[in-house]
Parts: sequence; structure tokens; C-alpha cells
Amino acid sequence: MNRNSEATLSVRDLIVDIPTRHSVLRPVDRVSFDIAPGEILGVVGESGAGKSMTGNAVIGLLTRPAHIASGEIWLNGDRIDHLQGEPMRRLRGKQIGMVFQDPLTSLNPLLTIGDQLRETILEHLDVSKDEAHQRAIDGLKEVGIPAAEERIDAYPHQFSGGMRQRVVIALALCAEPSFIIADEPTTALDVSVQAQIIALLRRLCRERQTAVMLITHDMGVIAEATDRVAVMYAGRLAELGPTKDVLTDPKHPYSIGLMGSTPLASAGKERLTQIEGAMPRLDSLPDGCAFHPRCEHARERCRQNPEPRLEAYQNRAACWFVEDLYL
Amino acid sequence: MSALILAWHSDVAWSFRRSPVAVVSLMVVLILVLAAVFAPLIAPYNPFDPASLNLMNGFSKPMEPNAFTGDTFWLGTDDQGRDVFSTILYGMRISLFVGFTAVLFALVLGVTLGLVAGYVGGWTETIIMRIADVQLTFPAILVAMLIFGIAKGVTPVEHRDEVAIWVLIIAIGLSDWVQFARVVRGATLVERNKEYVMAAKLIGRKPGAIMLRHILPNVLSPVLVIATISLALAIIAEATLSFLGVGAPPTQPSLGTLIRIGQGFLFSGEWWIILFPAVTLLVLALSVNLLGDWLRDALNPKLR
Amino acid sequence: MSILVAVRNLTRIFDVSKPWLNRLIERRDKALLTAVNKVDFEIEERTVYGLVGESGSGKSTIGKIIVGLLPPSAGAVEIEGVDLYREEDDAKVDAVRSDIQMIFQDPYASLNPRWKVASIITEPVAARGGDTTDMAEKLLEQVGLSARDAGKYPHEFSGGQRQRICIARALASEPRLIVCDEPTSALDVSVQAQVLNLMSDLQDEFGLTYLFISHDLTVVRHMADKVGVLYLGQLVEEADRDTLFDAPLHPYTQMLLEAAPKLDGFGREATPPEGEIPDPINPPSGCVFHPRCPIAVERCKVDPPELRGVGKTRVACHLAETSRD
Repeated sequence: MNRNSEATLSVRDLIVDIPTRHSVLRPVDRVSFDIAPGEILGVVGESGAGKSMTGNAVIGLLTRPAHIASGEIWLNGDRIDHLQGEPMRRLRGKQIGMVFQDPLTSLNPLLTIGDQLRETILEHLDVSKDEAHQRAIDGLKEVGIPAAEERIDAYPHQFSGGMRQRVVIALALCAEPSFIIADEPTTALDVSVQAQIIALLRRLCRERQTAVMLITHDMGVIAEATDRVAVMYAGRLAELGPTKDVLTDPKHPYSIGLMGSTPLASAGKERLTQIEGAMPRLDSLPDGCAFHPRCEHARERCRQNPEPRLEAYQNRAACWFVEDLYL
Repeated sequence: MSALILAWHSDVAWSFRRSPVAVVSLMVVLILVLAAVFAPLIAPYNPFDPASLNLMNGFSKPMEPNAFTGDTFWLGTDDQGRDVFSTILYGMRISLFVGFTAVLFALVLGVTLGLVAGYVGGWTETIIMRIADVQLTFPAILVAMLIFGIAKGVTPVEHRDEVAIWVLIIAIGLSDWVQFARVVRGATLVERNKEYVMAAKLIGRKPGAIMLRHILPNVLSPVLVIATISLALAIIAEATLSFLGVGAPPTQPSLGTLIRIGQGFLFSGEWWIILFPAVTLLVLALSVNLLGDWLRDALNPKLR
Repeated sequence: MSILVAVRNLTRIFDVSKPWLNRLIERRDKALLTAVNKVDFEIEERTVYGLVGESGSGKSTIGKIIVGLLPPSAGAVEIEGVDLYREEDDAKVDAVRSDIQMIFQDPYASLNPRWKVASIITEPVAARGGDTTDMAEKLLEQVGLSARDAGKYPHEFSGGQRQRICIARALASEPRLIVCDEPTSALDVSVQAQVLNLMSDLQDEFGLTYLFISHDLTVVRHMADKVGVLYLGQLVEEADRDTLFDAPLHPYTQMLLEAAPKLDGFGREATPPEGEIPDPINPPSGCVFHPRCPIAVERCKVDPPELRGVGKTRVACHLAETSRD
């Protein structure tokens, strides 16, 4: 399969393995996707679906014994899946921005946010100290921190949760990366603050043409923030396509179930459709299509053959009977 | 046994099999404990039976026939003709008995106070933990010697030897409960706020029942680790006190007492009288300690 | 329909000050946090009352006070007409208490990991000396698990299954009121749907009343008959579900509804709300929402609004009549 040369990030047939003392677990299985400049790709799935593991694999943050077993990751035309140690660290700082769920863990509590911003800027951009300071202030202003000139000398604990997440975003953006990974960036925040952060991410990504991989379990966030969405199930892509299409007209039985079980803000008290059972654990994945034990349309073929592979940039579900289901 | 205990144990058992140090330590400890328990059956002589002693056998060298009687002793004899191997077996009995009982005493006291402090909180907690803090500022040996001195003062002379062992146990136990109390209090503070405890409160369970039936089983893992490491410390503390002459009396010599007796002969050339009890103490304390270290790693999910 | 729960002027103040020695040295006064401030509402029997609010709104504190885990600083909780905290007759209080149960947020912390499922489920009955023969098995089947699960330990179950066990435990003492504190926030969407459906089924089957506490507007809208909105410990608006969601009167409720991500809100470019929740130790004067309120007037800064009836809604806003324009 060829990578898409237009895309900022291309992931091809990514497989992550975790050897354990009993067997080898495969939390990410043949995942392929592209993210274009200025595009936000949402990765949605339930806990254990492999969405964070995919994200960590892309940015080289897998913790041993988890490792990339095969597949290719291309960032701006360079292959990065084999990079390790110092080159990977440099790449992460310069070309990849990271925003995690808990802003406290992303910031060093002992340094002022100004120190951290200036340090990152100086390391990755060829600018003077004064210029770095000015850029840090501009960055804070850009993410909507009031009185940035004064607050630049404050420590992380002096900010509220929402403001802290803004600082993290400023930090992720200050080296002008071409790709940002945001792993549950709003999960720890209140509804009103969450809306602010999503709006901020969208605006910045559009203005700077940054590619964003937004990992979340919240379908509402996916709907409002992303351009395309990848639905993951048991480490595999179940469906990938434009957000609106996937959400209003899901094709994969799992996506259909997922949409049906999400209570709609505009709906009343009627019963939710439910998918029976739970996602299989990684050590007891069924043969064939991973979803077949829970799928009401499952047939013999689903029990024996693994689900068809999803090609990147294709709005189709990884299901043998997509066409049949709607006939 | 239930599925949980089995599963939990299987992980520990697995980590055990993969740790040669733990396997060897456990074997050594088991051999020593069995030897101590069955000392009357194993020991070739009873060192406390005056009738079996022959002063002529005094200062026999190890593995050499005695010049006067022709008897051979594996590890030699002391000045009174007591077989060193037998005294070690009997001495280990005292050492292990004092060690186990003292740790048990410290454990019961510490866990109870820690649970109450952590669960009840308020002034009760403040008082218990301040006592613990104060106690920590004294070296354990000093506390033990203090208690020992007081006990010696209040017991009549003729009963001193009988109560000596129990005073030793209480002295060591009292100097050791603090770490149990601290760890259990910390764990209790965490468990107390978990929702299963709220659920129990909600249905009207009394505090005693909540502490005993709900919280206690969930704070025991670290207690097990501390107990093992404390055992090694208690055995050493006992030996130290006995060596200083404030522990086990010469009529019931522990390893520490044997070392104290032996050091009198160190410079006159009878090295075996001190060496063998000292090596036994070292091996015993070291194995128990290594076992405790392994247990701590095995039960700590963060290190696993 | 009769009133099962009446919450009257409920107030709860927490002392969050530093130890007295620090206060003495740093010359600080006691810091008091009013987590719940004069909250007043009623729950009708066999209905679901939803309490929504963001973090620090006091919704969980209210739940804990109602089930008896936390005494109120002022005000009263009446259940079946019995004042939980003032009734002198212990037998009466005990009888009422056995009618209340609770389902917690974290299914991993709410089951004792060292207990078998059967003992966990039957504890509410066993604690009162009741007969528990075959009870766990029957309850497990009622919540969609298997009778064989009674002999297992909690760690053998997934989050959703654990929440079912919690529900089984709550049902054991045949309660009339179940307080659900964020019962599905820790669960995945598909599992959340299973649990919500189960809760609805059980409500019909046993004639239960729920107090449903959540920060998730969509879930509350799905479950509740009547909804109360909390902000900084105060009830700012209360109405039946459709009225509240279709025609919110309080500016805070409007902001909350607007900010919540919507499944059909593709590429929505709504202006996000201003500001964040203020420090509850030093709440703003007057109406607590006035610093963030887009329609606040001078009066809002000084005069705290009372909860009053406007149409079918009870709302604490001076400008409720015009807030929707």
C-alpha cells in the first residue's frame, strides 16, 4: 500500500505487540490512516480499543514491553517508526505537539510556565532569548490566557484546570509542530471549559494548517471537533470516514450500535439500543472478525475470516457484509 | 481456596520461581526453623541437662577427638563441655521464639492502633500517631533496654529468669509496633474513602465491623512484608540485647547469649565457641531479610 | 403521587482551613466552604429526579446527605415524612434508612476486592440479620448476570458487570429510593446504554424512585422526569425535563446546554462560554453566576436572587422573565 504524499501523517499497517509471560497481546492490529494538513482526525473507541496505544506508537512513546512489530509511520515524508532515543526525542519536540488528559502531568511543577515555554522554543527554533520570551507571551495570548505578560512567571499550580490545559496547548504549539496529538484533552474538564478548549484547538489547527489526531471516547466531542473519524474496536479499525457520514450513517455494525447507545441530547426517554456483551479482552480475542460474537448479523464467514482490511482514506467499514446489511 | 486467592498466589508463586535468591532464602529459613523446632530430636546432646555434661569435654576442638575423653564434637564444645552444635540448635529455638512472638505482638498492637487511628481520625489519631512519633525518636534498643530495666526492677529475683524471655518479647515488640501502625494507618486512610466502605456505612454497619471485615483484609499485604523484615530485625535485636546481657539468661541461652559467652574465649584461641553461633545468626537474619525484600517486590504492583 | 423525599433548605459547610497551628502562624481565619447552600426540592415517588452541575456544584454532597453518610449543617431531609437527622425514634429512622440505597460512580472502588460477590450483594440484608438464602443468585439474574457469578470475586468482572453487581446490592434490601451518583460516568458508551436500560427496567419492575446525579446533560435528559440544576452549591433552576431542556430560563442552564457537545453539532461554531467556575471558598457577591452571566445587571452583583416560580419552572434569576429573549 502506498502512502499518501499529501498527508502530514501516514500510518500503514501498524501492529503493536506486547509480549507477556503467557502469550503475545496485540493491542493495535493493522491500523492504517492519513491525516492531511489542517485536518482533525478523531479516534474514538471504548476503553481497551487501542486508541491511546495507537497514539503512543505514532509518537514513539510506547512503554516496554509494548513495541511496534511491523508497519510504517511517515511524518512529512520521513519514515519515523524506527526512530528511537535522541532522534525521536528531537522529532517529538520539533514536529509533534502533545496534549494529554491530565495537564498537571504534562507540566513540570517546579518551573514557571515561562521557563518551560522558553526552553522548548530555544531548543527547537533558532531564535534569541528575547525573541523566545516574546514568542512565549504571544503563544499564551494566542491560547487565550489573560494578562499573559504577568502570568508567564507563574507556576503550573497557580492556574485552574482549564487554564492549565491552555498552557499545555501553548507548549505543544510553541515549536510550531506540523502534527499534534491530543489524547482525551477535555475529559478531565467541566462542560463549559471543554467547549472552550475544543474551540481553541479547532481554531489553531485551521490557522496553522496543523494535522491533529484527537483521541477521545466522547462522541459529542468527535461530532463537534473532527473532520474525519476512525472508530476502533479491539485494536482494529472498524470504520473510517468523514465524521458526518460516520455519525449519521454508520456502516459497521459496531459503529451502528455505538451511535444507538449514545443518548441523544435532542431525544427523550425511549430505550437506548444496546450492544450485548462487552469488548473482548486482548488475551481472548475471538477468531475471525473481532466483533462477530456481539454482532447480530454475524455469519459463517465472520467466524472464520478476519474482517476485511480498511484502506486509508476510504469511507467503508471493515465488515464483510457492509453492502448486504443495507440492501 | 477461592479463585482470588489462587490467582493472587499464582502471580506471587510465579515471581517466586523466577527468583533464585528467594528460593534459596526460603529453603535456608525452613531448614533453620525446622532444626530449631525439632532441636530435642536432632541435637546429639541436651546442653541444659547437667547430668549429660562432662567438664572433661571442655574446649574440644571441632571435628577432633577430645584429648581426655576421646569424644568428637562437630562444632566443638565450650568451657563447660557443652556441645556447640546442640547449644546452637537450642539457642536458635529461643531466638526464633522471641523473634516470632515479638513480631506478632508488635503486629497486633500496631495494626490495631493503625486501623483505629486511620479510621476514627480526629484526636484519637493525633494521640496515637504522636506517641508513635515520640517512640521513633528513641533507638529501638534503647526502648527495649528501658523496658527491660523497669521489668527487672519490679520482678522478684527468683522469678527473673522465668520472666526474662517475656520481658524480652514485650520490649522488642513495643519498640517495633510503630512501623506497622504507620503503614496500616496510611493504607486505611486510602481505603476509608473508597466507595465500598461508604456502601457498608450506608447500610448501618458499625465502625468495628467495617474496620475488621472491610478495611483490614485490604491493608494486610504491606503488613506481611513489614512482618517478615521485622522478624529479621527482631532476631538481631534479641541477639543484641542478649549480647549486652539484658536478654535471654544463661540458663536459656539464645544465639545472642551464646555469642556473649563465646567472645570471652575469642582471644584465648577457642574461636569456634563464638564463630558458629555468630554465623548461624548471620545466615538466619540474612535469609529472612532477603525473603522480606523479595516479598515486598512481589506484592508491590508498581515494581512488578 | 406522594412526595418521597423532601429536601428543605439544605446547607452543608465544610471546614477546609489549615491546621490551627498554621493558621496561628500565618494569621489566617478559618476557611469555610459552603458546598450546599439552602437547597430545597422534593422528589415524587416512582419518578427520577436528575441533579446536574459541574464540579464543585455540591451535587454529590447532596446525595451523601440524603443517604445519611454526611450530616447537614442546616436544613432537613425528610423521607416518607421522617426527618432523618432530627427524628428521635431510632426505630423510625432505621426503617427509613433501609429504604434508601446508593449506587456509586467508580465500580472499581465500590466493591470490596476481598469479598465474594454473594457476600457483597447480601450484605445490606445480612447486616440487619435477614435471611439471605439464594438471594444473591436471584438478584444477579435480575441484573442480567448469571447465578454462577455469586462465587466469584469482583476482579473477575468488567466495569459494566461490576456496576450491575452494585445495582444488585442496592436492590437487596428492597429500597424505595436509590441515589445514583454518576452511575455511568466511568463506563463506556455501549456499556452505559446497557446499565441505563437496566436501571429503567428495574424502576418499572420494583416501583423505584431515583435521585440521579450527573454532570452529563444527555444522560440526565434520557433518565430524569424532573431536573434540578446546581451552580456553586445553589439550586439555580428546576423544572420537568422537557421544559428545562426546551426552554431553560436561567442563563447558566442556557450556557450549559449550549456548551455541551452535541452529536449532531458537526463543525458547530458556537461561541464558547466565558470564564470558569469561581473559587467556592470566596464565591461572588449577589447572584453567584453574575461574573459569567451575559445579561447581568447592576442588581445581580448585590442582591442574591431567590428561587421563584416562573411558569412551570422554579428559577433563581432576577431576569428570568426576559432571559430567553
